[in-house]
Order: sequence, then C-alpha cells, then structure tokens
Amino acid sequence: MTDLVTLISKWAIPFLIVVTLIYGQIKNVDVFDTFVEGAKDGFDTSIKLIPFLVAMMCALGIFRASGAMEFILSFIEPILTAFYIPSDIIPMALMRPISGSSTFAMMTEIFQTHGPDSFVGRLASTMQGSTDTTFYVLTVYFGSVGIKKSRHALAIGLIGDLTGFVSALIICTLVFG
Amino acid sequence: MVNYIWLFFIVGGILFSLFNGNIDDVTNALFNSADEAVNLSIGLISIMSFWLGIMKIIEKSGLIRVINKILTPIAKFLFPDVPKDHPAMNAILMNMSANLLGMGNAATPFGIKAMQNLQELNDKKDRATDSMCTFLAINTSSITLIPTTVLGIRAAAGSQEPTEIVGTTLIATLCSAIAAISADKVARKFSK
Repeated sequence: MTDLVTLISKWAIPFLIVVTLIYGQIKNVDVFDTFVEGAKDGFDTSIKLIPFLVAMMCALGIFRASGAMEFILSFIEPILTAFYIPSDIIPMALMRPISGSSTFAMMTEIFQTHGPDSFVGRLASTMQGSTDTTFYVLTVYFGSVGIKKSRHALAIGLIGDLTGFVSALIICTLVFG
Repeated sequence: MVNYIWLFFIVGGILFSLFNGNIDDVTNALFNSADEAVNLSIGLISIMSFWLGIMKIIEKSGLIRVINKILTPIAKFLFPDVPKDHPAMNAILMNMSANLLGMGNAATPFGIKAMQNLQELNDKKDRATDSMCTFLAINTSSITLIPTTVLGIRAAAGSQEPTEIVGTTLIATLCSAIAAISADKVARKFSK
C-alpha cells in the first residue's frame, strides 16, 4: 500500500508529461510553440501572488515572533498531542476553508520553519492540495448569479474540508510517519 | 472575514509583544517575512511556467476533450437533473477537468460559466438548486491529480522530493470528495 502510493507519486508526473507531448504531436500541435505560449502565463501568475504572500506572511511572522501563537497553542496542545496532531498544522487547518492565499502562505511558513520534507511539511502539502477554499468558492460562484439562499451548500463544503483534513492526517501518518 | 483575521494577527501580535518585551524580534520578523514572500514568488515562476506550458498543450491537442469523455458518466450520476446536452453540462465538465489537474485559477472561469448555465434551469432565482449545491460540493472538495502549485512551492523551498505528496493528496482528496458528495446526496433527499 505504502509502496504503491510512493510509486504513483514518483511516476504520475513523468507519465502525464510523456502522454501529453506524444498526444499533442499525433494531433499535429506545434508542441514547442504551444508550450512557450502557455508558459508565458506562469510568470504573471507567480507575480500576482506576491502581494498576497507578503501580506499574509508578514502577519503570520509578527504573530509568531511575538510569542502570541505559542501562547494560544499552549492551551490546545495537550488535546492535540492526545490525538497525535502536530500543533503547527492547526492554524492552517482552521484557515483552510476561509482563505486559499493565506493557507498558501501558512504552508510556505511551515516549509521555512520545518522544511518541506518534514512530517508537518508533507502534511501541510497534502492538506493544501486536497481541499479547497469553501467560503471563497461559495461567495464567488453563488455571488456571480445572485443566489442568496445557499441551502446545505456551506455545510457540505465544511464536511468535505474536515474529512480532507482528517484523512490527510491519517494517510500522511501511515506513509511518512 | 480574512480582513479581521489579518488585522487580528498583526495588531494582536504587536500588542502581545508589548507585554512580552520582544518588539525588536517582531520588527525583524516582519521584514524577513516580506523578503521570504518575494523570494518564494520569484522561485515559483519556473515551475508555474512549465506546468502552464503543458496545460496549453493539453488544451490545444484536444486531450481535454478526452478527459471530458471519461468524466461524462460521473457527471451524469452527480447531476441527474441537468439535461445531457445543456451547456451547463459542458461547463461543469471543463471545470472538473481543470480541477483534476490542479489548475485552481483556470477552473474558476469554467465554474462561473457553469453556475450561470445552471441558473437558467432554476425556477427560484435567489435560491440554490440541488445541482448548484452538488456543483459546489464537488468544487470545494475537488479531486486533484496533480497539485501543481503545491509542487511548485515545495520545489522552490528546496524539497528533496517535491512530488512525494502526489499520492497522499490523491487519497485525501478522494476521501473528502466522497464525504462531500455523500452528504450532498443525503441532503438532496431531506431538504426539498
């Protein structure tokens, strides 16, 4: 099971690239030109992230350096350790449904502090990749067509987020723990 | 919401450091964090450019239509009340494909289009339909094959093996999607 997950992780991307390029060539797409055309957007997307990252990482940097984060976490730490949950992940888990760019910044914070290959770094990566920003999606999608009564949509989104977090924790403990 | 959280982190942190007497550390952390944020975004350019290049080939070669074909049976199960040939279905499929490939930003325009098309099928215009709730459930817990941005950040942060989280992400996202879709199917029955 663990080996299979590692194997898929290793081969998914190279496989996807080869399939894409060969399929493109068969369909007579100028693969090189098309690649370059798409790659241009990568620059803009990365640059657009700078303001969000600066805003959130500075706020988190202040909150952590002041000792306030530690102070708050010291209250819930005993409960978390009872469930083998690393306390560094908690602010990110709580923020995940609210803001994508903030949790993105929190994840990078975790990378800077613990390294991307630490357990909590891998857990943060898995969490970030496996759930979405429920409140944002709800606001943007329903807002775009003027839906005011969202019925059970928010509850379902949050159930998904919670399940995503718990299963990320379990699977990461099994694979990397 | 984010507004208040952001405010709380900064003002709360600075006030806390008044009592803690470590305001110098806080000021240092502030500028170091800003530095890190910019370095990271610059480091992201390489991998984002690569993936968006590959995405463009997927789009142009028509591979995205192949992915759509695979997803059609799933979409029919999820959206029984959307007619097969309705434009909403097409937009839903494009949105699902984009989400599968972890293209968060590219998925949003398709998502908004799908919502607009679903609204055409809606009798009470200010109240979400069953299909709209299902669509939201899928989006907030979307299954991701390649979490592109996360891989980029991992690589930029100097990870030895950035891709090792692809498998765990796939499993975690499968679980969250199954939970959200099941909850939605139950809610459909009880909230008429």
